Amino acid sequence: MHSMRLLKVGAGLAAMALVIAGCSSSSGTSGASASPGNGLPKLSAYAGPVGKGEGVLNILDWPGYALPQWTKPFTQATGCKVNVKDFGTSDQAVQLMHSGGYDVVSASGDATLRLIYGGYVAPVNLSLVPNYADINPQLKMQKFNSVAGIPYGIPHGRGANVLEYNTQVVKPAPTSWNITFEKNSPYAGKITIYDSPIFIADAALYLMKHNPSLGITNPYALDANQFAAAMALLRQQKPMVANRWSGSTQQIQDFQKGTIVAGTSWQYNVLTAQQAKAPVSSIVPSEGATGWSDTWMVWSKTPHINCAYDWLNWIVSPQVNAQVAESFGEAPSNIKSCAYTTDKTFCKQYHATDAAFWKNVWYWTTPTARCVDGRTNVQCIPYDQWATAWSQLISG
Amino acid sequence: MTATAVAAPTKGPLHRIRIFMYQKVWARGLAILTLPVAWLVLVYLAPLVVLFLTAFWTTDSLTNQVVHQFTWANFQMVFTTPAYLRVIARTVGVAAAVTVLSLVIGLPMAFFMGRIARPRWRPILVALVLTPLWASYLVKVYAWRTMLGAPGGVVSWMLTPINKLFGTSFNGPGYGWAAVIITLTYLWLPYMILPLYNGLERLQDSMLDASADLGAHNVRTFRKVVLPLIFPSILAGSIFTFSLSLGDYITVQLVGGQAQMLGNVVYDNFTLNLPFAAAMATIPVVVMVIYLLVARRAGALEDL
Repeated sequence: MHSMRLLKVGAGLAAMALVIAGCSSSSGTSGASASPGNGLPKLSAYAGPVGKGEGVLNILDWPGYALPQWTKPFTQATGCKVNVKDFGTSDQAVQLMHSGGYDVVSASGDATLRLIYGGYVAPVNLSLVPNYADINPQLKMQKFNSVAGIPYGIPHGRGANVLEYNTQVVKPAPTSWNITFEKNSPYAGKITIYDSPIFIADAALYLMKHNPSLGITNPYALDANQFAAAMALLRQQKPMVANRWSGSTQQIQDFQKGTIVAGTSWQYNVLTAQQAKAPVSSIVPSEGATGWSDTWMVWSKTPHINCAYDWLNWIVSPQVNAQVAESFGEAPSNIKSCAYTTDKTFCKQYHATDAAFWKNVWYWTTPTARCVDGRTNVQCIPYDQWATAWSQLISG
Repeated sequence: MTATAVAAPTKGPLHRIRIFMYQKVWARGLAILTLPVAWLVLVYLAPLVVLFLTAFWTTDSLTNQVVHQFTWANFQMVFTTPAYLRVIARTVGVAAAVTVLSLVIGLPMAFFMGRIARPRWRPILVALVLTPLWASYLVKVYAWRTMLGAPGGVVSWMLTPINKLFGTSFNGPGYGWAAVIITLTYLWLPYMILPLYNGLERLQDSMLDASADLGAHNVRTFRKVVLPLIFPSILAGSIFTFSLSLGDYITVQLVGGQAQMLGNVVYDNFTLNLPFAAAMATIPVVVMVIYLLVARRAGALEDL
């Protein structure tokens, strides 16, 4: 029919026109555009002073970082109503910052550099955060929260990715990651691993101690050879893994039901499971562990800048930092907070100021082509290739 | 001719449009269809085209932002990586298995509803079949997740007397491919039953009587008379089960354990590597277009 043909042609042309119109605009990101090779985006920190709050603050955080116990007093003190969105992996955090709408984000080291170079976070004016003075100097101006001497966030706290295990099934109590990696593990089929490409570093860490001939000195600085070895270890581990986790809730349930008896975990998961009477415990094994040191960063396009800086100062104040650390199970960043924990041995348990302990914990970092361990004679595998290799590993 | 004193209508532009619409049939057709077609283009075609185009771009290595640089690399990766080819094959396999299983379970149910149950009961039976659709998708999948979880789930609990009897320790399928197929079959069963019910209800009794008169017993009648007549209904139902299973990723995440389907690959990659996810996402579109063309040829689309 004449009109039908006309319509089909018209529809096709209209689709084309729409697409061409859409393509000529930007790819819809919410940060300052950073084309490759441009280097650091030119953003400036808030000049201040911190004035009256805008009434609303949208927080993007790891689950457990913004609980009502300390967000309600924050709202009472500043008038900034808090909306919290949780994410399960750093990749999710980066993606959510791409879509925008979150004023502050608690970013781990494997997200910070991507956010900084993508222009999603602005430098932080440290003079506007009085509590910064009491932050542990070991965490100030590190490679993951500052670039070229410019600070991009306030350290929140740090922790290790522990080995959680079912005390009734895993006997004797484990001391090494070998029960999750070695071929003949008696717990095969009931092991869980973290569902993110950054887990490749855990395999690399295991090889660092058990296969020193590979010469791995930093699990985030892997040349082609070392990377292939880590992937081979993960492929060997794959048949023993029941599932991968990124949502704490499901992983806690799995440990409660007994579907999983051993695997990578956060202290937060262990504490929550123990509160639900699950027979679990955790250790940092002899090989050490990967871990994270989280930084609160400010969105470069936030309309709630005063509430954002109020939050930065609040969350690292001694009492609140102690509350968060005890609730989540991590080492607080503020050295004064050790006086405020309900358990007086908390800071010692979590090695809050024990520098020697953290030498064996490798904070999540963004792997780049320029090796993060300083080697210049080889090229290291950058994170996007980690993601590709991981995607192929879990697909088949 | 009776002449009523009517003033000649004013020959304004509105009048000319009216004449035009009256005389040209295609103009009327165009006017009626413009809005729905515009909706179709904006909501369906344009995103598909954008998706297809995105598959030819690439991303910045550090920031993962999309860079408008033409490349074949994404499609190359989809078609030359054995892992991804396996994912595509397994996904099509699961979709086919779900379709067959839905058919095996749904056909007897639809047959009972459409031919054996008294006409009074039919609307009630249809309503009962449709009731699961009122519950949210996630609630249903979580229910299956709880049931299949071994050792603590309902399925393993139900198998305990059998295990005691035979001295085995089978805890049910647990999480994995079997669980995915079972759950997806449960989810899409109403979509298979309804077209089958429609087709079977319309089957004329006289056909079955004639077949019996000619000497065919039940099975022969079913194979040679009933099945060919309801084949379009079967195809229509299978379009639903096949296409819905092809793109599913949530069920796989919840009950699949380590399983990965095509939807999961897209979901895992669209944050960091949107062009690659777009390339992967064009595969089910192509598969479904082929499937729908075949179905149209076989006359299935008339029975919806």
